[in-house]
Amino acid sequence: MTKYIGKSVKRLEDKRFLTGQGKYTDDIKLVNMAYAYILRSPYANATINNIDISEAKAQPGVAAIYTGADIPESIAGVPCGWQVNFKNGDIMKEPPHPLLVRKKVRHVGDGVVMIVADSRAIAKDASELIDIDYDIHDAVTDPKKAAEPGAPLVHEELPSNVCFDWELGNPKDEVAAALASAAHVTELDFTNQRVVPNAMEPRSAIGHYDTAYDRYTLHTSTQNPHLTRLLMCAFVLGIPEHKVRVVGPDVGGGFGSKIFHYTEEALVTYFSKILGRPIKWTADRSEAFLTDAHGRDHVTNAKMGFDANGKIVALQAYTYANMGAYLSTFAPAVPTYLHGTLLQGLYTTPKINVDVTATFTHTNAVDAYRGAGRPEATYLLERLLDLAALEMKVDPAELRFKNFIPAFDGVTQPGYQTQVALQYDSGNYEPVLKRALEMVGYEAFRQEQANQTNGKLLGIGFSTYIEACGIAPSAVVGALGARAGLFESAQVTVQPTGKVSVYTGSHSHGQGHETTFAQVVADKLGIPIEDVEIIHGDSDRVAFGMGTYGSRSLAVGGSAIVKSLEKVLEKGAKIAAHLLEASADDLEYNDGKWTVKGTDKSVAFGDVSLTAYVPHNYPEGIEPGLDFSSFYDPTNFTYPFGAHIAIVEIDKETGAIKLKRFIAVDDVGNVINPMIVDGQIHGGLAQGIGQALHEGAMYDEDGQLINGSYMDYCMPRADDFPSFEIDRTVTPCPHNPLGVKGAGEAGTIGSTPAVVNAVIDALWKGGHEVKDIKMPMTPERVWNAMQD
Amino acid sequence: MANKISINVNGKMHTGAIEARKLLSDYLREDLSLTGTHIGCDTSSCGACTIHLDGKAVKSCTILAVQADGCSVTTVEGLATNGELHPIQEGFKEEHGLQCGFCTPGMMMTATDLLKSNPNPSEQEIRDALEGNFCRCTGYHNIVKSIQYAAKKMA
Ligand code: FES
Ligand code: FES
Repeated sequence: MTKYIGKSVKRLEDKRFLTGQGKYTDDIKLVNMAYAYILRSPYANATINNIDISEAKAQPGVAAIYTGADIPESIAGVPCGWQVNFKNGDIMKEPPHPLLVRKKVRHVGDGVVMIVADSRAIAKDASELIDIDYDIHDAVTDPKKAAEPGAPLVHEELPSNVCFDWELGNPKDEVAAALASAAHVTELDFTNQRVVPNAMEPRSAIGHYDTAYDRYTLHTSTQNPHLTRLLMCAFVLGIPEHKVRVVGPDVGGGFGSKIFHYTEEALVTYFSKILGRPIKWTADRSEAFLTDAHGRDHVTNAKMGFDANGKIVALQAYTYANMGAYLSTFAPAVPTYLHGTLLQGLYTTPKINVDVTATFTHTNAVDAYRGAGRPEATYLLERLLDLAALEMKVDPAELRFKNFIPAFDGVTQPGYQTQVALQYDSGNYEPVLKRALEMVGYEAFRQEQANQTNGKLLGIGFSTYIEACGIAPSAVVGALGARAGLFESAQVTVQPTGKVSVYTGSHSHGQGHETTFAQVVADKLGIPIEDVEIIHGDSDRVAFGMGTYGSRSLAVGGSAIVKSLEKVLEKGAKIAAHLLEASADDLEYNDGKWTVKGTDKSVAFGDVSLTAYVPHNYPEGIEPGLDFSSFYDPTNFTYPFGAHIAIVEIDKETGAIKLKRFIAVDDVGNVINPMIVDGQIHGGLAQGIGQALHEGAMYDEDGQLINGSYMDYCMPRADDFPSFEIDRTVTPCPHNPLGVKGAGEAGTIGSTPAVVNAVIDALWKGGHEVKDIKMPMTPERVWNAMQD
Repeated sequence: MANKISINVNGKMHTGAIEARKLLSDYLREDLSLTGTHIGCDTSSCGACTIHLDGKAVKSCTILAVQADGCSVTTVEGLATNGELHPIQEGFKEEHGLQCGFCTPGMMMTATDLLKSNPNPSEQEIRDALEGNFCRCTGYHNIVKSIQYAAKKMA
């Protein structure tokens, strides 16, 4: 009965994007709109002595200039949505993040003055006439150095730069004892470098206050309009939530960076009322580099112990995580509950301990970036495994097979309880690696590698990962520190004519929900997909939503839709039974109609919907209409997994790396639209590979972001990649009605360590037994590694 | 300082007075409301703003609107004819060459220029031609396939 589910249905949203009719925030023009430019701190740590705006204010076309002094004290700044406690139970340090700084700037890019003018050009020109007198202080940018005594303080009211410390897993002494008795211990010090999300659409926000209705509208490039509304209304501006509409229209990519509630959203909203004009702010790319929350930035030491048979006996990890100068919305969750909890990986490791110290530095905030914590966990585990295989002279694939958790379906067999809090839902790990090895042609490759004579070094790298996504159960995330529920809502409105409008709290910014969700709806109702419209991203149209991140849309948002569809069909059956003069129990629903079992008496979906709205001949005691809302709060996360293999070739003369092949076999549970899932994997791979080979935000000692533009930050380009070779296995999720797990982040999570491992493998084969190459692995770094 | 210009955009003449420093990209978006041309950077690196200027793919943020005086410009809004998608648009749809759609107009304008000079490009030639166009969503995999689709269709 599935006409659409499982099929590569072409995307219904494509036409508007292909014809230039997508509506991104910056494309919106409101009557009498003014344009904001934000003058930002050029220093990482400085005290503001004076701000002189007089000359700028006098410029023709300048409507207003606002500083921190124009914002009431009661508006402290944007809040953090996740609380992590110190090991001793104290609440994490949570200094305010002001909308505009009054006294002390804490990173390059901290907002100081907002200039509003008739055009962006005028506002920008005027900003050059503003004179700010700063006293400049020393800065600290490295998360480990920030924790040292005597480091320059980011928040002088705090005793140190430590935001929190945190620990999870088995007691440290048990882990230490297991490591002490291990036959082999592999230890690695490494940095998971900071990267910049770089959604191609720069962030943009338009605030508009309507005096007639005493109501605000905020258009913003966000991944979750409702959460932005809640945070901004309740925790920043103190305006009633029902008086604010937040619209996230078409959004040009997010990758995490547009989850968070940003200062600019509150600024344009707040000042639009004061100015009496709509205010638009759009970041230019340099601002995006300085202010979009960054990703990763962990400094880690990790030890993995093995017994004489190659079984992992213990893992100990210490990580310093950079929070930046202020806590972004979900920042504390990333190095802790999204990272430490994943250190079981796919392996039966009996003793695991992870210890995390999060610090403030004079840098831009760090928060969830595609994968969020799980790429860091995967990097930690998979680097250790491949290195251990080299050190112990065993095959890295064999080493994994030896340590995999045995298959379990989560239905007849229970889920797998890890040492680090999570319970995996279902898993079958051997087949993904087997399939990947088959695709590589593993034996032939090892032959080729051994016989290589062309002055190049061939290497192969593995990564077998697990991730936790479908970020949800409210009770669980609440216990882990989330200050929000993480369910999803969906309303299914069947129109009288049988056409269906679906209002989802998920938000699409490239994922193709308008198609995937419509496939589910059309199949479940047995109606043509053209009869379904998916509506998202507008708090006035969609009653509530938690938005899209953590690969949660289909698993949580899709399940909420299914719940509403079930209610539609249940009520529809009662109406149909009345029309057919039968009992609802005697009906079956198929192909868009209810039929009395064993007869040819039937009534179509459209007739039932019409009856629901024209209830002349209608069952007693039933309300008119066919319209249901549901909230879905699952019982667990979902746990996709996979095997990634990279093959690289290093030029011995130059250190240049060529990524020759990349193989990914992922298991994301059931698949609704294979074409879209493949696309998600491709994009994820490019981001993960980009981190390994090209990308990395670089702050100098003074806290300047020295590669904050596309001239200096290396974005992966088309000619950096081969065609990806991908496949999948299917292990359904046992606890949601669609059996889906989520595919948005898998590619990024698995791919980075595979590429680094491949380079290390190549170097070892060339006689250079190095443990690590810093990412991004530039030719210079690789060349230096060969000069031992 | 206003300067008079006349530009043919998507077959329609536009005459007006504009500031000398205005970029062509801003002119298209702000003055003509042709917002299909996107701005993704401030260093002429990303290619989101690519249009055709007298038939050649050009990043519209690299030139001033006054420099386009007397020229003919095609933007993404001018690709389809009478509601029928251009083969490159069809290719992007068929091969899932777009996700968020932000890079897509620029990608298609670059691709159509490539296909004009090289109607049957190899995969490597396509990847090389896209060097100045960034996409953060697709990993370029399906963009390459979309362009191959269009090449076949146009052959
Ligand atoms: S906006 Fe023109 S190249 Fe980026
Ligand atoms: S489709 Fe989003 S940037 Fe290319």
